[in-house]
Amino acid sequence: MSSSSDALLQALLALNRVQAQELLAQARAEYSPLEVIEILIRPALEELGQLWEGGDCALSQIYMSGRICEELLEELFGEALSDDLPETDGPPRLGIAVLEDYHLLGKQIVRTVLRAAGYRVHDYGRQDVDTLLEQVRADGIEVLLISTLMLPAALRVRTLIERLREVAPGVRVVVGGAPYRFDDQLWREVGADAVGLSAGDILPILERLGVKP
Amino acid sequence: MTHQSQPSTTLSPPAPMTSMQRVLTALGQREPDRVPLFLFPVMQGARELGCSIQDYFARPEQVAEGQWRLRAKFGHDCLYNFHYAAIEIEAWGGTTLFRTDGPPNAGSPIVQDPEDIRRLSVPRIEDSPSLQRVLAATRLMAEQACGEVPIIGVVMSPFSLPVMQLGFEHYLILMHERRDLFERLMQLNERFCVDWANAQVEAGANAICYFDPVSSVTIVSRELFLATGREVARRTIAQLKAPAAMHFASGRILPRVPDLFDTGAAVIGVSSHEDLGALKRAAQGRLSLLGNLNGIEMRHWTPEQAESAVKTAIQAAGRGGGFILADNHGEIPWQVPDAVLMAIAHAVKRWGCYPLADDNTD
Repeated sequence: MSSSSDALLQALLALNRVQAQELLAQARAEYSPLEVIEILIRPALEELGQLWEGGDCALSQIYMSGRICEELLEELFGEALSDDLPETDGPPRLGIAVLEDYHLLGKQIVRTVLRAAGYRVHDYGRQDVDTLLEQVRADGIEVLLISTLMLPAALRVRTLIERLREVAPGVRVVVGGAPYRFDDQLWREVGADAVGLSAGDILPILERLGVKP
Repeated sequence: MTHQSQPSTTLSPPAPMTSMQRVLTALGQREPDRVPLFLFPVMQGARELGCSIQDYFARPEQVAEGQWRLRAKFGHDCLYNFHYAAIEIEAWGGTTLFRTDGPPNAGSPIVQDPEDIRRLSVPRIEDSPSLQRVLAATRLMAEQACGEVPIIGVVMSPFSLPVMQLGFEHYLILMHERRDLFERLMQLNERFCVDWANAQVEAGANAICYFDPVSSVTIVSRELFLATGREVARRTIAQLKAPAAMHFASGRILPRVPDLFDTGAAVIGVSSHEDLGALKRAAQGRLSLLGNLNGIEMRHWTPEQAESAVKTAIQAAGRGGGFILADNHGEIPWQVPDAVLMAIAHAVKRWGCYPLADDNTD
């Protein structure tokens, strides 16, 4: 991790928006937007995820940090980060959803990390299996990220994946959320392709799956 | 609950303690006849009575009967009046989504615009049919328990209730960026929490489980906790008419244990993600521990794995009392087989009798 990225990490942990803004502005004078994301923001967000997994920072800090990053990127790059899906011949299409729950925080954090890292992701919000299945198929989603809070919803992912395999066998599914943190075999049990135990995990997972921004 | 004196030593084997005696002795940081077990089956009562989860919670006599049957089956040391977390939200005008295979969940948040907090008022316990059902179930449990089995009442902490009132994301923003509205919401929630807890005590609950996952290390930083959640807990718990357990619903708490000493809590519910021995040392005999079996993993435990988990927990935290074995979340998942719960109960009887066996003894 570079010293500038570490400085950003410290600013984010302290929720110091002004300092984070200065660091991004300095980096922007030297690098392109994508390089700023790659060199500065992405390592800081990944490290935040690692710290949370080790009990060394709190979910509220991760959420508020992501929010700060998202806002600053919009300011610095002069445009709102887009949720539009890429063209069909562009990078793989990403979708994200919460299954059967009104607790959307985990999904929001992952979405923020993705956007701050330069990914475009279609946010389906809260969904049941039937509706999500139909939308994923209609939108041509290639990698689907599913967040769950409660165990029954985490188990319901199995139904989603089984039915997805029938109608869209190429879709890869990444799961995350509390139940998967308490049972390290649960993601395999439901048939997912990968599991993220913290928000920062999603970036290396996508890299492994060959998905670039 | 009040603490009692230690049982006297006699030459003949002492009679087994009642659950109440066992729990009170452990909470007094002494060793009872065996480690108390707070198994927290909740929805499983519906299975016992052969009805749906939604129908089960609709009738207080069913919940009381369900708790009684479950205790007869597994032999654990409490009755638990918990229905589902969203029942408090019903009192605030919210809705509950029932499902057939798991705990009911809160519906759409009742506060859509943070400015609505200015217009919120505290619901009266007597005006809520849902809360009245819980109180009726508690009274029935108390009649059956005759003071020999502790009845555990439940509240959501004022600091954690907003996750259901606003949604988690909006609550975090409120906490960080709208401290005026946050403070106003805490005032309302504290009043409600105290009224609700004390109504349960009046109905027969002997202790209150104060669920406060947002105060855990997992969710907020220490700095924020000290300025918010801890102050809320101190003010609220001081007004409760029964001992309180702060439960973090699987959230981590180890680095923050010393910060809990002056909250007024007698017990803390701890996570399977943390070392029970380290938690016991951190508690310094000033807090008792409740936990920390992994309820999610329990779904596929063999009887041998259940026994091993129980033995490990007891070895880590059982000595000297101050420990109640339980799951780490405060509710056993619907998917956990009865055979696993039975294996846990048997293992406590095998490995939890005081004086505890040497750690190396099989």
